[in-house]
Amino acid sequence: MLSRTADHLYWMARYSERAENLARLLDVTYQMSLVPHDPETERNSWNAIIALNSLEHAYSKRHDEVSASQVLHFMVRDETHPSSIYSCLRAARENAHAVRGTLTAEMWETINETWLQLRDQSFDEIYAGGIAAFFDWVKQRASLLRGAMFGTMLRDEAFEFIRLGALLERADNTARILDVKYHSLPGAQQSQTDDLVDATDFYHWGALLRSVSAFEVYRKVYRDVITPERVAELLILREDLPRALHSCMEGVVEILDKIRNSRSDETVRRAGQLFATLRYGRMDDIFARGLHAWLDDFINSIGDLGGRISEDFLVGA
Amino acid sequence: MTTLFFDEMHDADANTRPHYGPFETWARGLSPGVMARKRAEADLAFRRLGITFAVYGEEAGTERLIPFDTIPRIIPNAEWKTLRAGLKQRVKALNMFLDDIYNGQDILRAGRIPADEVLNNAQFRPEMKGFKVPNGIYAHIAGVDVVRAGAGEFYVLEDNLRVPSGVSYMLENRKMMMRLFPELFAHQKIAPVEHYPDLLLETLRAVAPAGVDDPTVVVMTPGAFNSAYFEHSFLAQQMGVELVEGRDLFIDHDAVYMRTTRGPKRVDVIYRRIDDDFLDPQAFRADSMLGVPGLLKAYRAGRVTLCNAIGTGVADDKSIYPYVGEMVRFYLGEEPILNNVPTWRCREKDDLRYVLDHLSELVVKEVHGAGGYGMLVGPAASRAEIEQFRAVLVAHPDKYIAQPTLALSTCPTYVDSGVAPRHIDLRPFVLSGKEVSLVPGGLTRVALREGSLVVNSSQGGGTKDTWVLENGHAEPHR
Repeated sequence: MLSRTADHLYWMARYSERAENLARLLDVTYQMSLVPHDPETERNSWNAIIALNSLEHAYSKRHDEVSASQVLHFMVRDETHPSSIYSCLRAARENAHAVRGTLTAEMWETINETWLQLRDQSFDEIYAGGIAAFFDWVKQRASLLRGAMFGTMLRDEAFEFIRLGALLERADNTARILDVKYHSLPGAQQSQTDDLVDATDFYHWGALLRSVSAFEVYRKVYRDVITPERVAELLILREDLPRALHSCMEGVVEILDKIRNSRSDETVRRAGQLFATLRYGRMDDIFARGLHAWLDDFINSIGDLGGRISEDFLVGA
Repeated sequence: MTTLFFDEMHDADANTRPHYGPFETWARGLSPGVMARKRAEADLAFRRLGITFAVYGEEAGTERLIPFDTIPRIIPNAEWKTLRAGLKQRVKALNMFLDDIYNGQDILRAGRIPADEVLNNAQFRPEMKGFKVPNGIYAHIAGVDVVRAGAGEFYVLEDNLRVPSGVSYMLENRKMMMRLFPELFAHQKIAPVEHYPDLLLETLRAVAPAGVDDPTVVVMTPGAFNSAYFEHSFLAQQMGVELVEGRDLFIDHDAVYMRTTRGPKRVDVIYRRIDDDFLDPQAFRADSMLGVPGLLKAYRAGRVTLCNAIGTGVADDKSIYPYVGEMVRFYLGEEPILNNVPTWRCREKDDLRYVLDHLSELVVKEVHGAGGYGMLVGPAASRAEIEQFRAVLVAHPDKYIAQPTLALSTCPTYVDSGVAPRHIDLRPFVLSGKEVSLVPGGLTRVALREGSLVVNSSQGGGTKDTWVLENGHAEPHR
């Protein structure tokens, strides 16, 4: 298929996946903020959202202080901020618009309608309507798009590039969500921590599981209390949990094998190597490296793969 | 009710014309409110489907719906047969004219058309001289604007031979009517139009460069912000071919390739929806970011077919329009079936004098203009506007032609106050490949403002579904 078409499909998928994961992350952070907390902890948890996505600079240009409503506005409806849910869904729609003929009618209508509905709502309206309801809506629209895609699309290259974008983005986002605890610690503690201080923070790890819809999954798999080690294991090494890094990378490797071309050998090799660390890795080794450091490496590897995929497939001969 | 205009549904004594009988009976039987609900449903569906057009001069990316009217424009079968024959004849002659002026120039040597009118026309492309295009076809897709005036006779207003648009609305309007009112289609034999994309693909494949058995066809668009982008994307999808932009293509040894995820792929036929000027920055406008450097050379080498060909604009230019009847006689030895509108060419002294004396009665049009931006509609213009135009006309007479204001036919249409007659035109799409073909009907555009004769969507026009009845009369509605 046309490289530019593949590029639009890939980014359409990345942006809609990103919007969904943002909604998931913001949702649990908001739920957590409703549990009684000292103001310091609450501020730290909103700070973590900013730090996690490396948005400190963009945020401080627009806001003087960190508060729930300001961070939510920034991350949900700020039209000038390219990483807000609003901007992601706009970018998803613009990319889809550029290749609408490649999508099935159901997919295009879903994306277009999501955008039209969001465009007409101000932040105040969203906030007044209940921010939790809004996050549910974002997740539902994402599910609808995925359903339309799997239910109607020909299994051709277009389908693979959409999946590739979604899986790569999801791997990145899950890794960042796992790292949120690290970012919610004040700077001084970050350097000393073994990542798992405050291991008894049931609410934090429970919320994290909920953000990836894996709370019940955890119970089913472990039938035991929630510990940070197991949460990390579930979200990193499980091959059967669709949002786990292992599962995402398995998909990436499989797709790269299907779409490989004369330029993509090195990309295929690197993806395979990254996949192997998940397929054959052990939690002990990951903790020996340090969870934050390991996740940081992983996120960088995903960034590297993203760049290589662009070079090999999306820019064109 | 009597009107000054020919009405498609009612005769001068306000009786319903027979071909509208079943529709009117059906419409009378609707319970109140149904039509309003259906109209809202259509609006919502068009918006959700994103069937929109971009408006130039407004904020970038502004997309607007073209208003859709639920009362169809119905054409009796016998009338359509005449129209179809006339359209085929006309487009055949226009293609022969293009082939002639870029090669032997017989018609100019025979003195049937003044040579300088053709050769000095800004739309004449010397780059096209002296090479043969496949099948001698230049205008593969023509969107001929036809109106009805006076007592109901048809006139051709314009032959759009460059990149005519609107066919996607013809197809989507039909789909919408069938979705909203399936019962109408169950009880009447309305000729289908859905096979247009198949005919188009067949046409495009038929004009591939010699020796290419299984040609790769693409649709080329200026991009997602073009006003007709929806249509470009729609047609590519319906034909199952790639929708490319200039940057997706490159030339290697006079062959055209597209950049794909698997490497370069050869392209044989380009249905381009981009103007001549922007096609190739090496040959035409150097500042064009939309084109492909070297495309003209590849085209002249016969390695790729462009549809439509470069340089078709000389045949649909308003200054050449008066001679189309002459082309039909010269090339086909036939009398033209369809009327031309009488036209005064302002470059002629006598014509100009007449036009200046009758400005308030005439429509004055720019010869190289398109889209209804640079014209004067005398009867609708204020005295100041007329005087302003008079000055322009005296300064640049060769840039204008004038025609009588046609009493365009009307069709009942939903407006704020209910149903009222509004002026309409018709754009059938004529395809020329191995042979000349067209689907029954075309796009009916309607001027929604009371009294307005301007149907362009950029000027507030709407559209209607267009029905050609398969039999001379329809079965009674049961």
